[in-house]
Amino acid sequence: MTMATSGELTSGVSPPITGAGSPGGLRRIGSARWRKRNLTLDKITFFLVFLVIPVLFYIAFVVSPFVQAAYFSLTDWTGFTPAMNFIGLSNYGKLFTDDIFLQAMGNNILMAIVVPIVTLGLAMFFATLVTVGGSARGNIRGLRNSSFYRVISFFPYVIPAIVIGLIWSQIYDPNSGLLNGILTSLGLEQFTSFPWLGDVRTARWAVMFVIIWGLVGFYMVLFIAAIKGVPAEVFEAARIDGAGRFRTAVSITIPIIRENVQTAFIYIGILALDAFVYMAALEPGGGPDNTTLVMAQQLFTTAFTKGQFGYACAMGVVLAVVTLAYAGLVFAVNRIFGGKSEVGE
Amino acid sequence: MTQISQGAVPTAPPGERVPFEPAEPGEAPGTAGDKAVTGLSHGVLIIWSILVILPLIWVLMSSFKTSSEIFASPFALPENWSFDNYINAWTTAGIGSFFFNSVIVVFGALILTMLFGSMSAYVLARFSFPGSRALYYLMLAGLTFPIFLAIVPLFFVLRGIGLLNTLPGLILTYAAFAFPFTVFFLYAFFRSLSKSIAEAAAVDGAGEWRTFFQIMLPMAKPGLATVAILNFVGLWNQFLLPISLNTNPENYVLTQAMASFASQAGYSVDFGALFAAVVITVVPVLIIYLIFQRQLQGSVSQGVSK
Repeated sequence: MTMATSGELTSGVSPPITGAGSPGGLRRIGSARWRKRNLTLDKITFFLVFLVIPVLFYIAFVVSPFVQAAYFSLTDWTGFTPAMNFIGLSNYGKLFTDDIFLQAMGNNILMAIVVPIVTLGLAMFFATLVTVGGSARGNIRGLRNSSFYRVISFFPYVIPAIVIGLIWSQIYDPNSGLLNGILTSLGLEQFTSFPWLGDVRTARWAVMFVIIWGLVGFYMVLFIAAIKGVPAEVFEAARIDGAGRFRTAVSITIPIIRENVQTAFIYIGILALDAFVYMAALEPGGGPDNTTLVMAQQLFTTAFTKGQFGYACAMGVVLAVVTLAYAGLVFAVNRIFGGKSEVGE
Repeated sequence: MTQISQGAVPTAPPGERVPFEPAEPGEAPGTAGDKAVTGLSHGVLIIWSILVILPLIWVLMSSFKTSSEIFASPFALPENWSFDNYINAWTTAGIGSFFFNSVIVVFGALILTMLFGSMSAYVLARFSFPGSRALYYLMLAGLTFPIFLAIVPLFFVLRGIGLLNTLPGLILTYAAFAFPFTVFFLYAFFRSLSKSIAEAAAVDGAGEWRTFFQIMLPMAKPGLATVAILNFVGLWNQFLLPISLNTNPENYVLTQAMASFASQAGYSVDFGALFAAVVITVVPVLIIYLIFQRQLQGSVSQGVSK
């Protein structure tokens, strides 16, 4: 049972926790244990079950579909017949002359610009209020009772997005919805029966508002945690140098939590480039004049309603490329503004 | 820090406040201006809180109204506080059984992905071997590519193994898509655990299996709890995978059942039942959230900063 090297090891390890980082000898022995002659049954089954099986499972269900999608996008496959002709890039050629898909892509891109900036702007604003809105005398203090705001704002995060969409589709209802009820009772008669989700001028903003409503609290909590991680002396120094609250937030806080902001931009941008769930509840038909149609909806219909699987896979590839390009853009912007105090925009 | 002192402000003697910020002009330290900022902060946050809460209260109120009451006025309180809508939602819409399906699928996937994810993360964190770099990129791909890219082939993968439209098929798919995040998170966690403890266990004669299950896994409990919470919320809200891979109405999970119920309610105009269904869906999660909100918010901030 015992390892050949046990004699050396025991001496080095007897106080297990305190010896943690120090002994270089341990590491050397640790790797030596992995020489072939040490491959016992225990270790073989260990590697097989702990790594090989999970990774094969992951490859089968995640990696291989990604790869297959890239291949299918080069075919005219309809899925239910074995016939699959390789047609090169013509699906992509077709995509870039498909006005509806291009419109959907435009809608996605607009959302990927507006939703992150507004959501993260609001989240940062609220997080700043919560963390430095208290007394400016002595230590910088957070707002009293601010956990109340945190708990409330975070609510929407635990409500499934589809349900958020359903709630808001009722609120926007032209006749019995809460929004028009409030507006007309304030005397704004022009909003009687106003179709927020059915009017070309308002549909896309109404939809974006719902997404923003659902996400602000989540990122607010994130930023609060990040800001609380900043050492208090940093803020003290800023104050002694005469920086007001606003200046502190822009010049100190945001640059310090830059990495968190970047991660948030990527997460939320990916979400805005998808947006399928919200649209399924709010605008299943693509909205007035397709102003809220998103790529994901087109992909879903093309695949599961029309059965054009090859073409749908090409849409998937375009969606993936746009997503990666977006992430790359966020990284690039962060790097370009690396030396300055502004992040994002 | 240096940015500030290089900026417009000339060096101020310590302790003396320079009226820098136009929004709070020249106030004596910690008095009127301070209170104004505090009051304003509370005001803004209260307005936002109302904006979040009001729709939910409205849904709760509407869930007790009859459809004609809903159409008559969005504000009026229901005439009788009856639970008819809830009974309708529970029986005709079958929310109860879909809730049960969701629980089975989410917990099944959670157990599977936590087990596989923690095992792989442990191996990757503790041992270096050829190909571990490639595995890292493989996981990263799973995290960054949109599920939409995979959805069509996934449909045929599941059909090929006869698991399309079944709960086990959904469990496997959920688990697989939660796997890379679980590994990434726990990798960082296992890395931070002391290596020498595992070495000591080996010396004392524990095999790799025992070392993992009896020593390393219990030590990783806080990390496991965090990932489990994040995965739970993510999987519970999952919508695309079930509507594409699980189209048999008997096997619907809660999210897709809600969507289909909403489209039916639109035709039959049973909006009262729709509101009740929303409440039934939201309330259990909200209660769990209120109990665990501290842990959950902690998890979120940890999860994203990793």
